[in-house]
Amino acid sequence: MSHELTRRDAMAALSVVGASLAGCVAPSTDSDGGTDDGEQSLTDHDRETLSAVAEVLYPDDVTEIEPFVARYVAGRTSDRPEHATGIEDAVAYLDEYCRAWFDSEFTALSADDRDQALRRMGVDEVDPDPAGGDVERLRYYLLNDLLLALYASPTGGELVGIENPPGHPGGLVSYQRGPQS
Amino acid sequence: MSEDRTPSDRADVCVIGAGPAGALIAHRLAAASQEVVVLEAGPRFDPERRIEQMEDALRPSHGRPDVWGMGGERDAFTSSGERHYPLNHSRVKGVGGSTLHWQGMVMRLHERDFEVESRDGVGTDWPIDYDELRPYYAEAEAALGVAGASDNPFAPPREKPHPMAAFEPSHSDSIFAEACESLGITTHSVPNARNSEPYDDRSTCVGYGTCKPVCPSGAKYDATSHVGKAEAAGARVIDRVPVQRLEHDDAGERVTAAVYATPDGATHRQEADQFVIAAGGVETPRLLLLSDSPQYPDGLANSSGLVGRYFTEHLFAGTGGVIERPTRQHHVGFNTTESHHFYDDPAAGTDSGVPPAEADSADIGAIKLEFLNYAGPSPVETALTDGGWGDQLRDRIADTYGNSLAVGALVEQTPRRENRVTLDRSRTDDHGNPVPEIHWGLDGRTRRTIRRANEIQEAILEELGAEITWQVGPENTGPASHHMGTTRMGSDPGASVVDHRGRTHDLSNLWIGGSSVFPTGGAMNPTLSIAALALRTADRV
Repeated sequence: MSHELTRRDAMAALSVVGASLAGCVAPSTDSDGGTDDGEQSLTDHDRETLSAVAEVLYPDDVTEIEPFVARYVAGRTSDRPEHATGIEDAVAYLDEYCRAWFDSEFTALSADDRDQALRRMGVDEVDPDPAGGDVERLRYYLLNDLLLALYASPTGGELVGIENPPGHPGGLVSYQRGPQS
Repeated sequence: MSEDRTPSDRADVCVIGAGPAGALIAHRLAAASQEVVVLEAGPRFDPERRIEQMEDALRPSHGRPDVWGMGGERDAFTSSGERHYPLNHSRVKGVGGSTLHWQGMVMRLHERDFEVESRDGVGTDWPIDYDELRPYYAEAEAALGVAGASDNPFAPPREKPHPMAAFEPSHSDSIFAEACESLGITTHSVPNARNSEPYDDRSTCVGYGTCKPVCPSGAKYDATSHVGKAEAAGARVIDRVPVQRLEHDDAGERVTAAVYATPDGATHRQEADQFVIAAGGVETPRLLLLSDSPQYPDGLANSSGLVGRYFTEHLFAGTGGVIERPTRQHHVGFNTTESHHFYDDPAAGTDSGVPPAEADSADIGAIKLEFLNYAGPSPVETALTDGGWGDQLRDRIADTYGNSLAVGALVEQTPRRENRVTLDRSRTDDHGNPVPEIHWGLDGRTRRTIRRANEIQEAILEELGAEITWQVGPENTGPASHHMGTTRMGSDPGASVVDHRGRTHDLSNLWIGGSSVFPTGGAMNPTLSIAALALRTADRV
């Protein structure tokens, strides 16, 4: 069974982080997953890298990752320039690392090599820290940001059995009812 | 434009602290046409940032005290008792005070709580009884907005229903209900200071699930509500102005001024006819101790020698585990079922499964059982701390989430004279004042009470067939962030700091609001009693 990430999920994820919904309420996304919101400060390469990281992080049966990430990142960074800078720096470090070890930027790697690149740099072993070293900041701005976006959204919650995950204002009905399937 | 933090020319009342006690007193007095100035040490937080604060609370890279800016030189403290006391995890400085991060559980104390010495021979009796506080409890419930039901057979008598209907029980509650019914344990709803319907211009709870430490929707009551009402009634609230000391007249009978510091380095004196300290169970005695003078070398209002003594908490006792069915935790961040079954008579067993305690009830304190709606790790928490990703992470989250459950308890701590707040003169804060030093430990009765709570919790989980995976007992217990007892109330000036009205015995215009005046603390979350006493004190200032 696939789990499609929707505009609603992106809006929910943005509501968790108090970010602008501009990227979500904009009328359309273009064919390559970008948005027509003019407030974005990240480059196309930054957004493509975030989507590539999300494809590693998210379970295989999650679909529509690219537009979800595009919407999320647009809202996430439109009024948080310091957060955009953190993402830009983390993407730059990731590419630098991948060029050193794989002779390519992260987006050009195969799915297996993307996974290996992240494991090799030890990002799964460090604590996330926005003021820490390169890998700690990468964990904070790329991995944990994207994992928070997924698992605080309704679709991400349903992947693990909770329709109203913490951070999502999902109302007062779900806590009262038993399992749905 | 910088905010004017100079003193008011004329003030009838100066309130120190803008938490729930200070806010309610300020509002009531301002509404009665008193000129009120509130001096708050911490900042006025921007409500527009609460979603960002919630994100900080969800992300493991931000510590709990960071969410409300606690820590650093301003909030330095020393913990030197037999148990470490995590002070900055248990308070917030700012407009709204610790209600900004509280859980929002609001129960009335039971009648026995006012006469523990008479009943059990420990602690001390309050100078007032439940009947005296009862009308103020009703006012406090209306002021805070309490969602509750009259389904608790152990609760003290009340005059009318709660202002709002109780929250419906959770799916997890229904699992516990079966086991408790089998064991003969009566369960009932939880009174919550959060909106089950729109109330007082605040929305219904929308289920963010992050109540503690931050409610982004405003459905949970916090004292910014009454700060706003106080300001609307004419009170002046000045933030970021920690009071350094109080000054008194030559006769030593009246306080004349509160000396406070401003962010730009200035120092001012706010004069007033009456002064109310409502700075919490640690900063209130600290300010009195800092206000020593040649006439009062041991600190202000301290002729009894009890300022800072009898620092009392509630202890957490808990038992948790997993069962072979979904328990659906973490949809909301508050509890909907509890039990006062073992509150007044904690040693008694039930007819069908909970054995009596080996000790007598007089040797065991009150126990309030809580059935948690947030047992085990939340999916978001696991996702952000696991370190992994992909299908494997999803599977681990699904494994750790879903069938956890836990019974918690608040346990009464027997007041101890040696538990106290003093001044650590070897360390100073950002204004050069000695920091508070917390001396805190547990006595045998409190340990027995925690163990008794564990026994009851184990019986419930065993009835469910649960695998018990963790327990918080006498050795690894921690405080529930309820600071009580450090300026205790009483009739004897030699054995208490304030009288039954909340006025200090020593100075005729100095009053204290907050849980520092509690002579004993029972096992109920204290804020409703703080609010009731504050309203009662406001009527007497």
